[in-house]
Amino acid sequence: MATDILMPALSPTMEEGKLAKWLKKEGDAVKSGDVLAEIETDKATMEVEAIDEGVLAKILIEEGTEGVAVNTPIAIIAGEGEDVSAAAAGGGKAKPNGAGGHPAPTPDMQAEGMAEKAAPAAKIGSDAPKAPAAPAVITKTTDEPVMEEFPANTPMVTTTVREALRDAMAEEMRRDGDVFVMGEEVAEYQGAYKITQGLLQEFGAKRVVDTPITEHGFAGIGVGAALSGLKPIVEFMTFNFAMQAIDHIINSAAKTLYMSGGQLGCPIVFRGPNGAAARVGAQHSHDYAAWYSNVPGLKVIAPYTASDAKGLLKAAIRDPNPIIFLENEILYGQSFPVPQLDDFVLPIGKARVHRTGKDVTIVSFSIGMTYALKAAQALAEEGIEAEVIDLRTIRPMDSETVVKSVKKTGRCITVEEGFPQSGIGAEIVARLMVDAFDYLDAPVLRITGKDVPMPYAANLEKLALPTVADVVEAAKSVCYK
Amino acid sequence: MDAAKEPAKDASPSEPPVASPQAAEAHKPAPNMPQFTRAEDLHAYHEMLLIRRFEEKAGQLYGMGLIGGFCHLYIGQEAVVIGMQMASVEGDQVITGYRDHGHMLACGMDPKGVMAELTGRRGGYSRGKGGSMHMFSREKQFFGGHGIVGAQVSLGTGLAFADHYRDNGKVSLTYMGDGAANQGQVYESFNMAALWKLPVVYVIENNRYAMGTSVARASAQTDFSKRGLSFGIPGEQVDGMDVRTVREAATRAVEHARSGQGPYILEMQTYRYRGHSMSDPAKYRTKDEVSKMRDEHDPIEMVRKRLLELHGVPEAEIKATDAKVRETVNAAAEFATNDPEPDPAELWTDILLDAHA
Repeated sequence: MATDILMPALSPTMEEGKLAKWLKKEGDAVKSGDVLAEIETDKATMEVEAIDEGVLAKILIEEGTEGVAVNTPIAIIAGEGEDVSAAAAGGGKAKPNGAGGHPAPTPDMQAEGMAEKAAPAAKIGSDAPKAPAAPAVITKTTDEPVMEEFPANTPMVTTTVREALRDAMAEEMRRDGDVFVMGEEVAEYQGAYKITQGLLQEFGAKRVVDTPITEHGFAGIGVGAALSGLKPIVEFMTFNFAMQAIDHIINSAAKTLYMSGGQLGCPIVFRGPNGAAARVGAQHSHDYAAWYSNVPGLKVIAPYTASDAKGLLKAAIRDPNPIIFLENEILYGQSFPVPQLDDFVLPIGKARVHRTGKDVTIVSFSIGMTYALKAAQALAEEGIEAEVIDLRTIRPMDSETVVKSVKKTGRCITVEEGFPQSGIGAEIVARLMVDAFDYLDAPVLRITGKDVPMPYAANLEKLALPTVADVVEAAKSVCYK
Repeated sequence: MDAAKEPAKDASPSEPPVASPQAAEAHKPAPNMPQFTRAEDLHAYHEMLLIRRFEEKAGQLYGMGLIGGFCHLYIGQEAVVIGMQMASVEGDQVITGYRDHGHMLACGMDPKGVMAELTGRRGGYSRGKGGSMHMFSREKQFFGGHGIVGAQVSLGTGLAFADHYRDNGKVSLTYMGDGAANQGQVYESFNMAALWKLPVVYVIENNRYAMGTSVARASAQTDFSKRGLSFGIPGEQVDGMDVRTVREAATRAVEHARSGQGPYILEMQTYRYRGHSMSDPAKYRTKDEVSKMRDEHDPIEMVRKRLLELHGVPEAEIKATDAKVRETVNAAAEFATNDPEPDPAELWTDILLDAHA
């Protein structure tokens, strides 16, 4: 019986990829374990192995095709003794063909309710950051951020968060020879999440340093180099692994300026994905925003859009202090307009009103913004105008922008994927009690991840994370609607 | 502890103390013993005596309540840092753990500033905000003073990373104790230092006790010079009570690192006369053990003897040095006692640097 070979997912968050190369041609006999093709995503290159025996009857997707969605049939294999041309004509039974023969998880299962997909209009084929995206002027829509940080007529380029981060590092490395990047798989492998793609080729192994798997050690080496005056960018494959290095982040990086009476600054950026991705379980899903937010001597940044990612990472690299730069794996592949400027640097410590409204303030950051913005859209359809504030920087926290908004709306809810106790929302609530108490018409509500370690099962994970419905319901509740 | 479980190795508290074969040998005239010139011995004597008297004074001020918190004295280990410094050049970095006063003085930091930091005054190196374990001098390339045991090893490797990055010919002298040598990040650092051939000399000051736990009770491999073997890092055990053997080994190690051959490990076999900190009565070792070390292996007394007997330095000249050192230390104590506490506004300074400065 003929079998369709489907485009496999290489990771839980993969939605599409490039069919790089066919290693078998039509008419070739294949047996289990044969490599049929190579596929590439923005994160990895992988071989597609045959699971079944037979003959490669038809190639459905030519090599070199980009943007092939997961689960698209890419070839048909005729079973043993089967008429090859009939099989090629008729197609066959779908056969998910994950690398190593494991069935691929369906991506919509992962992303449902978690990641806002980029607007289709802004998505241009594969988001693999091979080369800078072609410049494209993006028309402003109502849901786009209120941009006041660059001239209104600046041309905008559609860029993924991933590309924006890479561009920020490349620009700063060109500008300052003291800037270097180190971490696991940042050089030869081009980054575990391809954030450092191309940097090794441009800057060489001296400035793009592959480390052993040794977070505690290389974080300390990075801090030591920073105390000596270099400007390291230390990439953690995820901030979960930075738990091994947190002593150096806090005890060595954050405190030395104070303990040295101002003599020894520590110009270092610790960056990497933070928080939940999809189906990676409790040890790979922790949101550390609140943890680092608690520490004097650190600045903590958690951008949502690609332009914020770029402008704030550039600012972080130039900043003379230790910076925690919290990225999000699900946001990496999302596209946003980024101003086409030679040197686009944003101020650290400034929130942004992403959407204006008069009825209720929704405060969020990073991937939390996806729930906040969808909820604001849904609320608008019900006649409630939500003002959505993207904190962008967690520490120092821009209370002023939040308070100003709450004085206008009289109501506030916060949205984050992290845990409720002592979270970012709790901090905002405490500040509003002091600075906006008399303006509040309802108690401030927090939408957070549930107070449980992140479960693996798809349904439980979905339950553990906030939903757009939660945000809508909370917003209506504080509006007494 | 169950005596049956005690490893049948050296250094159980009741055993007669022997610093090491090397230390014992050091007392006998050996034909291949490295010799110091008169000037070198005079220099070493002054530098070691300054640390000794400074630490004694710190102990005294601690007893008077002028120094707070933790205070770890370096008395007995002076030959290690002075011998190391005699083999280094200006611009080489020094970083160590919490038993750090001696290293600061050896780096040329002002005893007044060090003592005033111990008393928490505004004239201290960290303006009173660091204390005994957290002092730094960018000018003297002294990078602390670290209170987290073993953290300085990765940081010191990072200093060497920066030297290598800049190709500036400098070497990072990274100190740790025998206790810190069991921390995981030490081996992570060894691996990367060897992998990238970083110019770092790891100086393991084995004073035989990690706080109250003897080396034999804490370490499966008590020969610390072998701790880098699996990474291909050469190591030596050195009589750390004799400044001459220290300087000789240090010269080899520093040259190795400076010439691009990567890290080097020196296990300095030394001894601290005082407890781990001021609050430690040191009941884990016998009084005999301590007095034997003081009487037979004192690093300063050995040099003093050489000055008198070998170099023919008149006793009056040595006494003049003693007086000068006392004067320096007394002036430091005087300053540290009378200097005002930090301005309350200092509470809020030095948390972040101005990004636009």
